[in-house]
Amino acid sequence: MSDQAILSAPGAAAEYDSAPATKVRGYWQSVAYRLSHDWITLIFGAVVLVIILIAVFAPLLAPFDPYAQSIVGRLKPMGWRGHPLGTDELGRDMLSRLIYGGRISLIMGLAPVAIAVMIGGTLGVIGGFAGKVANTAIMRTMDVFYAFPSILLAVAISGAMGGGIFNGIISLSLVFIPAMCRVAETATSQVKNLDYIEAARASGAGTFAIIRHHVLGNVLGPVFIYASSLVSVSILLASGLSFLGLGVQPPEPDWGLMLSTLRQSIYVDPLGCAMPGIAIFITSICFNLVSDGVRAAMDVRI
Amino acid sequence: MSAALDIKPYVDVRDRGGSAQPMLIVRDLKRHFRVKGAGKGAVVRAVDGISFTLFKGETLGVVGESGCGKSTLARVLLHLVEPDSGELVFDGDAVAAPDGISVAELRRQVQMVFQDSYSSLNPRMPVQDSVAFGPMVNGRSKSESRRLAQEILIKVGLRPDLFGPRYPHELSGGQKQRVNIARALAMNPRMVILDEAVSALDKSVEAQVLNLLRELKRTLNLTYLFISHDLNVVRYISDRVLVMYLGQVVELGPASLVFSEARHPYTQALLGSRLSMDARQRVDAPPLVGDPPSPINPPSGCRFRTRCPNAEGVCEAKMPELGAWDGRDSHVAACHMQDPASGHSKAGLH
Amino acid sequence: MFGYIIRRILFALPIAIGVSIVCFSLVYLAPGDPLQTVLPPDATAETIAIVKHEYGFDRPVPVQYAIWLWHVVQGDFGRSIASRRPVTLEVFGSLANTAMLALFAVPVAFATGFAMGAIAGCYPGRILDRIVTGAAVIGVSLPNYWLGLVLVIVFAVEYMVLPASGMGKSGSAAFSLWRWSDAQFLVLPVVTLTMIPIGIIARTTRAAVAEVRSQEFVTTLRAMGLGEGAVIRHVLKNASPQVLAVMGLQFGYLMGGSILVETVFTWPGSGFLLNKAIINRDIPVLQGTILALSLVFVATNLVVDLLQATLDPRIRRA
Repeated sequence: MSDQAILSAPGAAAEYDSAPATKVRGYWQSVAYRLSHDWITLIFGAVVLVIILIAVFAPLLAPFDPYAQSIVGRLKPMGWRGHPLGTDELGRDMLSRLIYGGRISLIMGLAPVAIAVMIGGTLGVIGGFAGKVANTAIMRTMDVFYAFPSILLAVAISGAMGGGIFNGIISLSLVFIPAMCRVAETATSQVKNLDYIEAARASGAGTFAIIRHHVLGNVLGPVFIYASSLVSVSILLASGLSFLGLGVQPPEPDWGLMLSTLRQSIYVDPLGCAMPGIAIFITSICFNLVSDGVRAAMDVRI
Repeated sequence: MSAALDIKPYVDVRDRGGSAQPMLIVRDLKRHFRVKGAGKGAVVRAVDGISFTLFKGETLGVVGESGCGKSTLARVLLHLVEPDSGELVFDGDAVAAPDGISVAELRRQVQMVFQDSYSSLNPRMPVQDSVAFGPMVNGRSKSESRRLAQEILIKVGLRPDLFGPRYPHELSGGQKQRVNIARALAMNPRMVILDEAVSALDKSVEAQVLNLLRELKRTLNLTYLFISHDLNVVRYISDRVLVMYLGQVVELGPASLVFSEARHPYTQALLGSRLSMDARQRVDAPPLVGDPPSPINPPSGCRFRTRCPNAEGVCEAKMPELGAWDGRDSHVAACHMQDPASGHSKAGLH
Repeated sequence: MFGYIIRRILFALPIAIGVSIVCFSLVYLAPGDPLQTVLPPDATAETIAIVKHEYGFDRPVPVQYAIWLWHVVQGDFGRSIASRRPVTLEVFGSLANTAMLALFAVPVAFATGFAMGAIAGCYPGRILDRIVTGAAVIGVSLPNYWLGLVLVIVFAVEYMVLPASGMGKSGSAAFSLWRWSDAQFLVLPVVTLTMIPIGIIARTTRAAVAEVRSQEFVTTLRAMGLGEGAVIRHVLKNASPQVLAVMGLQFGYLMGGSILVETVFTWPGSGFLLNKAIINRDIPVLQGTILALSLVFVATNLVVDLLQATLDPRIRRA
């Protein structure tokens, strides 16, 4: 690029005078910048990371076999024979079960949301971009599922299909798909009629290229924000299903299921009964606060 | 310089019809929109039977109040909005006809620049990618498109190393509009539709962008359809002017004639409502009063009669014709006063 | 306005039909022969033949749906596999008990949540706002059935001031709100139920109030010399439609989502019935309860939309 070319360009001089050498920062860079100054989100994000690491390395961290039962050592208090948090109603080590329980609880929290993002997000983008008929067909179907309170729909589907992790994930995905679809559809139809989409069409771009380059970038943000807020809901709903005897089945260690079985001995060992709930609560509040922080950081006006 | 931009005047291989063949011929173009909640079968006649000819190398200004169908006209010309009926002939080839050119081919040769607004550029894309997007989806490689984008940014007066990686919110209105122009030019068009392209800009910036547009038109041998509600801007840039009212053409002619000897009362009123620093340019016609009537149920006969100081019985009974238009220099208006045989009391006075 | 009401009802009808289709298909989601799922395991061949004919299990699925819907519209959901009683009786008895919980939880949750959110929204960034925001996050992150357990541990096990579960000696039929020996059974379930709605309503109200406060008309009001109290009244009025929409949803959740809390307190409501139906694999009861609860939810949304339209004239035109 020669200076000659620049100077000969029409109207060039005027723009250069008014162009300060600003530092150029992309959208994701500014989101990262904001997050790095939000210490609440950073702290709770670190806790989330620790919870995930504990779940991943559970076999290394757990002091006992979470399935090993003991008839003599039932419902023992903290510190009994090297059990840091005592034992449960079948004499299994509480701490080990809590550590292993994080694995299933995190899977039940993340898998349905991921499935809903993929299926619901795709349906929403199709619904937002396609013609009226496809949009009506997709969105009215979603409205029907939206007409159930979320826990009721999850209970109905799991209740009919029977318990188990797999059925639990399916029913929770079905709960989240309609909401995710709505978020994606709203974002898509807002973007769809903007001038730059029309300009892209005017330059001969096909629907697929427009969606890939101009729509997805603007839809992923809201979808991601919404999905992050669903993780904690999903963890709560999943443990609720297990608590009802749907979802995870014994003898798997799962926080919701542990609450349900320890409940029988609430009068004998109230503290042990409360512990799985504390684990659920900590995980869910950390995901909630991180989601709030991410939402605030991504709400950059551009 | 890339091959795409290296065009010397009048040797464009795509110029199939020669300089005498008009760039675009529009015949009786119509587009009505159905409206909800305004009674059964209610339609907005946004574009209602528009015909005109756009010659190669000229700038045709389109003026009218907001809501008269200017923007719909621009979109219908590019088939961004499908026309209900009518015919488009681009450089001798009928558009979207079996033996003519396809809409895709039309869009490769005709580009559009939108009004600068928050939505004219993708907020999540660096502007150089926005400019490179058109060439890229038309089969050029990524690196080639990016190089082309940088060259075009220079042409519109933006240093690519400084402005290319920026996001739209980091640019001023004038800079954004230069990017919009660059995006259109990246497709190497022969014709550009400018829809209120300078309307959102400050007066000083507006003048810079207008001069840029003139310069680009000369160096790149472009043809412009320039849509604006601002009469001063249209006068500055246009060779000929088309005046629209409620989806129809009411006056068409060379810019100098339309502005000095406006024939339609609507044009006269528009000119009368314009602010002018120069006393000699002020017109005696009374300025416009009231809002335009609803385009859903336009008045019978002449659509302007409800606001026209000269309205008579004939105006209500019969829709005036535009008159015989023959060639570039002809000046016509759709008014009964222009037609001595119409029966209007003031007919033939002009 | 009248036209809007009609349109909104016409919009709710297909959703109600869709909801009934989902409930109907629950029979097919269950593993095994759909006929088996609606019959007791010890049914005689004669009963099987009668039910098979009556519900059209030998006919195509759409016909089965039509037959089922026809029964449902007449109030016949079939018979419970476990108790052999008509499903309708079981559902309505339990629905009344759930409604009783909701009726007490709603005013407590709405008033507390709205007050908290309004205070936080009026003093954004201040210490009060921080406390409210923190409490609200805790409210929506708490597993409410666990909170119920903790309340039971504290108030029923440790201090023994409130009963842990059930409806008391008099039972569902003779329960009276005016006797403390009965009414005390309501306290813990109601407190537990209000947690989530308080958190959600406080967060929504705070966001709505903060948004309205940042609008220019509020500055105009101040410029006109209005006192801060009058300004806040205007702000709350403008924030109310948004809050109302969320409150409506929460009422629906209190009715339909109380299954966990009712299970914890063995409160004989619809959620408890649902839980029993799941344990017994009693699909007719499952179907009937879910259909009844989701129709309540659809109706609630309808009422909220109409209320919102009366508050916000812009909605009527949309």
